[in-house]
Amino acid sequence: MLGPVAFSLSAPSLASKGLALNIFDPAIFPILTADGLTNGAVYALLSLALVLVFAVTRVIFVPQGEFVMFGTLTLASLQLGRVPGTLTLLLVLLAISTVLNVVEALRRGDGRAAGLAAGSGVALGAGVWALTTTLAAAKAPLLVQVLLTLLLVVPLGPLLYRVVFQPLRNASVLVLLIASVALHLVLVGLGLVFFGPEGSRTPAFAEGNTALGGVTLSNQSLLVILVSAVLMLALYYFFDRTLTGKALRATAVNRMGARLVGIRPTAAGSLAFTVAALIGALSGLLIGPSIAVSYDTGFLIGLKGFVGAIIGGLVSYPVAALGALLVGLIESYASFSLSQWKEVIVFTLILPVLLWRSLSSKHHDEEDE
Amino acid sequence: MTPRLILTLVAVLIALALPAVLPVFQVTLLTNVAIAALTVVGLVLLTGVAGLTSFGQAAFMGVGAYTTALLTTVYGWNPWLTLPAGMVVTAGVAALLGLATLRMQGHYLPLATIAWGISLYYVFGNSPALGGFTGLRGIPPVNVFGLDLTDPRRFAYLALVFLALGIVAAQFLLSSRVGRAMRALRSGTVVAEAFGANTFSLRVQVFVLSSVFASAAGWLYAHQQRFVNPTPFGLNVGIEYLFMAVLGGAGYVWGGVAGAVLITALREVLQNVLPSLLGTGGNYEVIVLGIIIILVLQFARRGLWPLLERLVPAGTPRLLARALTFPHRPDPTPGSVILNVQDAVKQFGGLKAVSDVSFDVQAGEIVGLIGPNGAGKSTMFNLITGVNPATRGSVNLLGRDATRLPARTIHRLGVARTFQHVRLFPELSLLENAMMGGYARGKAGIVASLLHLERREEAALQGVALAQLERVGLRDRAFDQAGNLALGQQRLLEIARALTADPAFLLLDEPAAGLRYGEKAELSALLRRLRDEGVTILIVEHDMDLVMNLVDRLVVMNGGQELAQGNPQQVRDNPAVREAYLGADVEEGAA
Amino acid sequence: MTAVSPLLEVHDLHVSYGRVEAVQGVSLSVGAGQIVSVIGANGAGKSTLLGAIMGALPSRGRVEYAGRTLAHTPLESRVAAGMTLVPERRELFSSMTVEDNLRLGAYTRRREGAGDLGGVFTRFPRLEERRKQLAGTLSGGEQQMLAIGRALMARPKLLLLDEPSLGLAPLIVREILRIVAELRDAGVTVLLVEQNARAALAISDFGYVLEGGQVRLSGPAADLAHDPAVVASYLGTGK
Repeated sequence: MLGPVAFSLSAPSLASKGLALNIFDPAIFPILTADGLTNGAVYALLSLALVLVFAVTRVIFVPQGEFVMFGTLTLASLQLGRVPGTLTLLLVLLAISTVLNVVEALRRGDGRAAGLAAGSGVALGAGVWALTTTLAAAKAPLLVQVLLTLLLVVPLGPLLYRVVFQPLRNASVLVLLIASVALHLVLVGLGLVFFGPEGSRTPAFAEGNTALGGVTLSNQSLLVILVSAVLMLALYYFFDRTLTGKALRATAVNRMGARLVGIRPTAAGSLAFTVAALIGALSGLLIGPSIAVSYDTGFLIGLKGFVGAIIGGLVSYPVAALGALLVGLIESYASFSLSQWKEVIVFTLILPVLLWRSLSSKHHDEEDE
Repeated sequence: MTPRLILTLVAVLIALALPAVLPVFQVTLLTNVAIAALTVVGLVLLTGVAGLTSFGQAAFMGVGAYTTALLTTVYGWNPWLTLPAGMVVTAGVAALLGLATLRMQGHYLPLATIAWGISLYYVFGNSPALGGFTGLRGIPPVNVFGLDLTDPRRFAYLALVFLALGIVAAQFLLSSRVGRAMRALRSGTVVAEAFGANTFSLRVQVFVLSSVFASAAGWLYAHQQRFVNPTPFGLNVGIEYLFMAVLGGAGYVWGGVAGAVLITALREVLQNVLPSLLGTGGNYEVIVLGIIIILVLQFARRGLWPLLERLVPAGTPRLLARALTFPHRPDPTPGSVILNVQDAVKQFGGLKAVSDVSFDVQAGEIVGLIGPNGAGKSTMFNLITGVNPATRGSVNLLGRDATRLPARTIHRLGVARTFQHVRLFPELSLLENAMMGGYARGKAGIVASLLHLERREEAALQGVALAQLERVGLRDRAFDQAGNLALGQQRLLEIARALTADPAFLLLDEPAAGLRYGEKAELSALLRRLRDEGVTILIVEHDMDLVMNLVDRLVVMNGGQELAQGNPQQVRDNPAVREAYLGADVEEGAA
Repeated sequence: MTAVSPLLEVHDLHVSYGRVEAVQGVSLSVGAGQIVSVIGANGAGKSTLLGAIMGALPSRGRVEYAGRTLAHTPLESRVAAGMTLVPERRELFSSMTVEDNLRLGAYTRRREGAGDLGGVFTRFPRLEERRKQLAGTLSGGEQQMLAIGRALMARPKLLLLDEPSLGLAPLIVREILRIVAELRDAGVTVLLVEQNARAALAISDFGYVLEGGQVRLSGPAADLAHDPAVVASYLGTGK
């Protein structure tokens, strides 16, 4: 049997200390709401990534939260002047995917492509290794470390797609889901090996507080909400205005149609995973200062994004984001008055949601085409 | 005796010897394997057979374990009473989850079980009445014939008996009418519904059944350990049960058992070996296990069991002795109206696929429904068979208003159909495929099937199915896999399946599409014979040559509308029909 | 075939679904600048043939396009090389606008500019009126126009059309086939699969009749149109 798993998302900034206060108390309610919105904004980002990945690749991407964990903990490692284990994972995945690409090119009889794949794999690996070891030792400034973190975590998205999911691209949603759960266990296990069992925080990007209409908010919270909003707008722009974004949407709407206009589903899948990893890593950087993240924290955070995504039926971006915000709020109120039951409340919420969806939506059957 | 039966007996003998000869530590391991395997066998029914899945089986075990823990320690119940009590509680929870998710696409159930697995872990851990995270102690041992099973060796036998019962029940179920309908679920609901099965109810039943298996395993676990805490019922353990099924082969009962053995053994080995290689800083075995599962999915998606099974040939299946015959449905009066379609309209958004079509089919006739591609024939077909009901107008079948009835109810009126794109189960035998058609003639439910109390019914079904295979000329291939048939024979098998239902009215959707000349001639001869035996037939067909020489009357559709009706000669001479089929003469039109 | 150099040549093509062989050794040739029709009844293997030529289905045999053998070339690269398929199901992006559908049609030409949106609108003025409408809300005829328009955005040399007349009113069929004929005059080579035999042959240079996955007849379109065997294969022999 597996060892005990400590599902512990350490209490949000406002820990309840058995205060006999109503959550609707005017002194408490706005603070809880602000807190819920801050976490909810991150869940919303994750829910968007989940909807995107599912729509484009049919993968229910359970390990989304692990990108969050890798984001925070990679930066935390760099802060300590260590070379993060993320580098090892990146290099191993790069090596496997390079081998896969070379073999595939050779099978096609395309020696030039094989050479190119091998060369670029080795060059990329060497480059990232040199850069990371140098910068980690030099204790570079925070901004440089943030960029390095993104450089290490974001490529994990397309590499994991290449190594794990691309070979399964014709499999059923169910098989993809099982693979996704297996990958989740692998990544959590690696997180423990790389970063140890303790939680870490990263330095705040913004100090101090701001008073807004009688409520005092930390500038870090404001930053989280602001950055999330900007990211969502950027995603909206990407999907609505750019041809590449539209190509992703097109793949989600009609895979065969997309192939017929020349969009390769694997390229679209790779891009979707890149966006998902970027969102995950950024979320990790955003929450790092307010929550002590440990190797198994990401999963619960990712799952809350999932609850949002499921509220949106895994298809609707705006409903998913709103659903995730709602999860953040409910979690915040629950953590104040019923902190032990917080997770139960959040995850049981999914049942009435599913029941409602089941009764309101038309019956869908997965038929073989 | 077949080689497979011999091997099974050997396996049973070894299992019986093991608790007596192994060291105690390994006996405990054996008990753990048996408990896990029992859960996994239930999961195989859900995942490999019905095509659904759950990450929450450990949580169901937890319900069984905590129920007995609470009832025996606090209320002093006898453990043999808490076993059914735990099953009832678990089944109730599973039914609730199933009802909420199983109307939707297959992936909502596993997602719900993830959420449920986590929630339940915290419920166990945070409830003072359940002992919180430290759990409940002092669970009494199970007493068998006055003997307390405190000794691990004795308990191992109890666990093995449970596992054996679970395996037998699962195999019984799979070789029953209900089991076949459950297998049909994996490739969608259309076929099962077309032959009278309520697929939603079947899905809920199989999910509940798998949870009951887990509940029994949880009961065993509680009385083996004599205490319970939340840890062994967490999400990660539930995930591991699914991995056992996937590794062993989720489509095979024995695959589930093999997976439980392999993963338990692997974990033991890895836990001993990996830390000495890699240090003690992590859960390395989880990483290795995850990687193994990903590789299995990529390279042997059906798991390891089918690779083993190939090595041992299967014996010839044996037929059951027949003691019962199903009554034949009374034939409708010749000439009476079997089907009446009145002003039928089907609208998809802004598109009218069928507009105001009316026609009749009378008992004893073969009627052809023809028209060029996109004329609305298939839509009309779906509208009659209840797959996709009419927007307006009415459909009357065998004297009943069937406009709004679902496919399974229409089937039970005496209507059977074939599919344009052959929908057989390629891995099942011809006989089993044909028997699927008689689903609505049997009555035995899931419990009777688990206990094989439905053998008389099964024997009768076999008899009917064999007779129908004979009728279409496939009797001598009854035990071949359906996937080995050529297309023409597959279409004949679909007809045999429909005939097994003893229909008064047979609907054929393009039965000649893709057939060669000789096969078409055989098909025509068969259909004429069926008509002479009293089956009324509506055939949707594109091949004019076949239709013209076969049918009594024709209904021609074009652009969703009725273009003509009449006997073959009248229809052939109709200028509108000629234009619809050969196309407008653009030489004149485009000028 | 006459002096026209072939743009597409298919030799002994076989396509199987499991144990069922839907296309059994078909060979055909499409001359540059011609319209070639493949006609035949339902289930004759017409759509399967087009799918295999396009690379959407695995097949055995040889497909040569513009002198190159397309063995390991995936569908998407065939699009980039100038082959475009308008499938029977049209496969539009139904929840996206007409204009987005068209712009995505030029996806493989994205580095060469936005594609010839104006040209498509000139050919299909109805699409310009509906440019902001969602593709799924168009009528059947408009959807077919959009599917062809989207294919044209890729500036194909060879256009594969699968049953463009499917489910459309005769007037619209006529209009669509007229446009197909115009496309040939604009230099696009067309391989047309149709069951609307006379209409298809009327605009074609050459035709093949497919039956049971094999070529039963072939010849110049004008001859085929009145061949009694063609008439019989559609309306039955009346025996």
